[in-house]
Amino acid sequence: MSQEITGAQIFVDSLLREGTDVIFGYPGGVLLPIFDALYASKLRVILPRHEQGAAHMADGYARATGRVGVCLATSGPGATNLVTGIATAYMDSIPMVALTGQVVSSMIGNDAFQEVDITGITRPITKHNFLIRNVKDIAATIQEAFYIAGTGRPGPVLVDIPKDVTTAACVPEYREKLEIRGYRPNLVPHPNQIKKAAAMIAEAKQPLIYAGGGVILANASKELKELAEKINAPVTLTLMGLGAFPGTHENFIGMLGMHGTRAANYAMQESDVVIAIGARFDDRVTGRVEHFASNARIIHIDVDPASISKVVSVDVPIVGDAKLALQALLKEVASRKCDEWSSRVREWQKKFPLGYSREGSGLKPQMVIETLYKVGGPDLFLATDVGQHQMWAAQFFPLERPRHWASSGGLGTMGYGFPAALGAQAGLPGKSVAVVSGDGSFQMNMQELATAVVNKLPVKVIILNNGYLGMVRQWQELFHGKRYSSTNIESSVDFVKLAEAFGATGISVKEQNQVEPAIKRAFATEGPVVMDFQVDREENVWPMVPAGAPIHEMIGELA
Amino acid sequence: MRHTLSVLVENQPGVLARVAGLFSGRGFNITSLTVGETEDASTSRMTIVVAGDDAILEQITKQLNKLVDTIKIYDFTGEAHLERELALIKVQAEVRCRSEITQLVEIFRAKIVDVSERSFTLEITGTADKVNAFIELLRPFGIRELIRTGTVAIAREKKKK
Ligand SMILES: Cc1ncc(C[n+]2csc(CCOP(=O)(O)OP(=O)(O)O)c2C)c(N)n1
Ligand SMILES: [Mg+2]
Repeated sequence: MSQEITGAQIFVDSLLREGTDVIFGYPGGVLLPIFDALYASKLRVILPRHEQGAAHMADGYARATGRVGVCLATSGPGATNLVTGIATAYMDSIPMVALTGQVVSSMIGNDAFQEVDITGITRPITKHNFLIRNVKDIAATIQEAFYIAGTGRPGPVLVDIPKDVTTAACVPEYREKLEIRGYRPNLVPHPNQIKKAAAMIAEAKQPLIYAGGGVILANASKELKELAEKINAPVTLTLMGLGAFPGTHENFIGMLGMHGTRAANYAMQESDVVIAIGARFDDRVTGRVEHFASNARIIHIDVDPASISKVVSVDVPIVGDAKLALQALLKEVASRKCDEWSSRVREWQKKFPLGYSREGSGLKPQMVIETLYKVGGPDLFLATDVGQHQMWAAQFFPLERPRHWASSGGLGTMGYGFPAALGAQAGLPGKSVAVVSGDGSFQMNMQELATAVVNKLPVKVIILNNGYLGMVRQWQELFHGKRYSSTNIESSVDFVKLAEAFGATGISVKEQNQVEPAIKRAFATEGPVVMDFQVDREENVWPMVPAGAPIHEMIGELA
Repeated sequence: MRHTLSVLVENQPGVLARVAGLFSGRGFNITSLTVGETEDASTSRMTIVVAGDDAILEQITKQLNKLVDTIKIYDFTGEAHLERELALIKVQAEVRCRSEITQLVEIFRAKIVDVSERSFTLEITGTADKVNAFIELLRPFGIRELIRTGTVAIAREKKKK
C-alpha cells in the first residue's frame, strides 16, 4: 500500500477502518470530492433533509449501538446546522464524530463563500476539534477523532477539512498506536478509594444508589444490578440513566428530580450514604443544592474527574470507568440487608405511586404511554422529544434494558426525538423503534419523514397532541397566572395528511378505545407511521419540584 | 486566594482560544495570562494567575486538564518558585520632578528606557506586588500610559541536601 490516493479517498477509507457502517451526511460544494469517493464505497450514506437531522441521527445511532455515530455536512450553513445536534450530544456525553467540509485553505479567513469558523463555533460544545491542514494528516486525525470521541467520558469531536486537502494526494499513514500526551483518561479506579467506599457502604443504614447515563455509556448495567442486589439498596435513575437498571425490578424506585417520584426524592433526602454512579448532579436532579441529600455522605464514581465535587462536595471520589469501578467494589462489599430502610422506601412507593386521573372520556397522554408499553414491551427502542410527553414517557414506560432509550437530557432539544429514532433504527435494522413526540417538537424536524420513507426506516411516531407547547404552558399555568403567551399551537397541522404527503402512514386517534388498536396497527404496518393522539389539552406532569425548591418539596396531589 | 498556574500546552493554533474560552464560558476570573514557546518548540507554557477559593481552583484545574491540548498543570501556590512581571510605564516628568522619579527608579532597580522633554518611559521587572507598589508611587506624577506583561513563573531548582 504505497500508492498515492486522494484525501477524499483516505477520508472514506479511514471511516471504514474505524468500523463505521453508516454515516448521516448532506452534500455541498466543498464536499464534492468526498461524496464522489463515497459514491463508490460500501459505506451506507443516509441523506437527511436537514443537517440538524444528520447530527441527531448520528447521536441516536450511537446511543442505540454504543458505537461512534458519524455525521457529515458541508461548509458554512451545513456546518452551522449541525451545531444544535453537536451540543445535544456534548451535554449527554454521546460519542460522535462530526465531519465538516471547509473552503479551500488559501481562502480561509477571507469571508469566502460559505465560510464559517466552525472549529471556533464548536469549541465549547465539542470534546475536541480539528482543522486538517495537510492531506498527510487526514488518516491520523480521523483515528484520533474516533479515539477521543469514544473513550473516557465520550463526546462529540469535530473534524473540519478544507476542500483542497481532499483533492491533494499522498500515501496514507495510519498510526499503529494512538498516544495523545494531553489525553489519558483514568479508567482504573484507585483501590484505596474502593476500600473506603466499601467501608462506608458497610456502615450505611440507609444506602441509596443514584445512577445516570454513565452506567449505560460504560456498559455497566449488569454490575449495577449485582451491586444493588448484594447490598440491598434502592436504586433511582436520572433521565439519562433510564434502562441502566430494570424498570420493573423491586429495588427500582423511579426517576428522581424535578419530575421524579416522591419515593426517589424522599429517599435521596433521608439516605445516609448515596452511591452516585455516572451521574453529574444536574440542577434538574438536585433542586436547591444546599438541601440536596444533606443527611448523606456521598460516594461518586465518574470517569470525568471534573464532574466530581463540581456541584455537591463528595466524600469518596472514585475516578474511573463505571464498569471497572463496580467490579472492584463488588469484590469488596459484603451481602447485606437494610430491612427497615427498604420497608420505609416501599411505604413511600405505595403511598405515592405515579398516577393520573382516569376521569372523563378524553384521551390521557399517560394512558397512551402505558398502552405503548403494553404493546411494544421491553424490546422496544424508545426515543423522545422534549416537553411533557418526554416526562410521561420517562414516568410510564418502565425501561428494562440499557441502550433502549434516547432522550435529550442535558440540552433538552426539541426536535431531537424523531431523527434520533431514525438513527437508532439505522443502527439496529429489524428492531422495533418508536418515538414519543409532542405536536410542537415534531414540527421541528418533521421533514425527516422523507428520510424515513426513502431509507425504509420504519419508525413509529407517537405524537401526544395537546395543541400546546405543553411544558411551557404548564409553567405558565402554575407560575404566570395562566397567561398562555405564545404556547397555543392548536390544530395547526393535520399530521395524518402530513404523513401521507411524505408517503408514510398516518393514524388519528381521539377515543380511548382506539388507542390500543391504533398502536397495534402501527406496529403491523411496514413503513414509518405517524400516530396523532389528540390528548386532554391541559393535563400536567406530576409530581413536580418547583424551580429552586428542595427536591422533597413536591407539588401535585395525584402522585 | 491568588494562585499561579503554569500550564504546559500543545503549541497549536487555537489553544489560547480554548483556554480563554474555558475561563469565560465557565465564569472563572483571570488576573493575568501569558503564553510563549518553551525549550521544546512543540509546546507552549501559559502562566495563568487566578483568584478563587479551593473549590473554584479545583474546578479550574480539572477543566483545564480535560482539554486535549493540555499536557500538564502545576499550581505554584505554596511551592518554591520565582515570579516575574515586566511593566513599561510612561510617566509625566516635569523638570522639577525628575530627580524624585530617578530616585524611585533606583530604589526599585527599574530603568529609564526613554526620555523626552516631558516624560520618562520606565521599565520595571519584579513580582506583581513590586510592580504594583512602583506604579502607586508614580501615580502622583501622572501616568500617561501603562503596559504590563502579566506574571510568568518558574519553579526553583530543588536544593541538594
Ligand atoms: C429547541 C427548543 N426550543 C424551545 C424549547 C423550550 N421548550 C421546552 S418544552 C417546550 C414545549 C414542547 O412542546 P411539545 O413538543 O408540544 O410537547 P408537550 O410539552 O406539549 O408535550 C418548549 C417550547 C426547547 N426545549 N427546545
Ligand atoms: Mg404539545
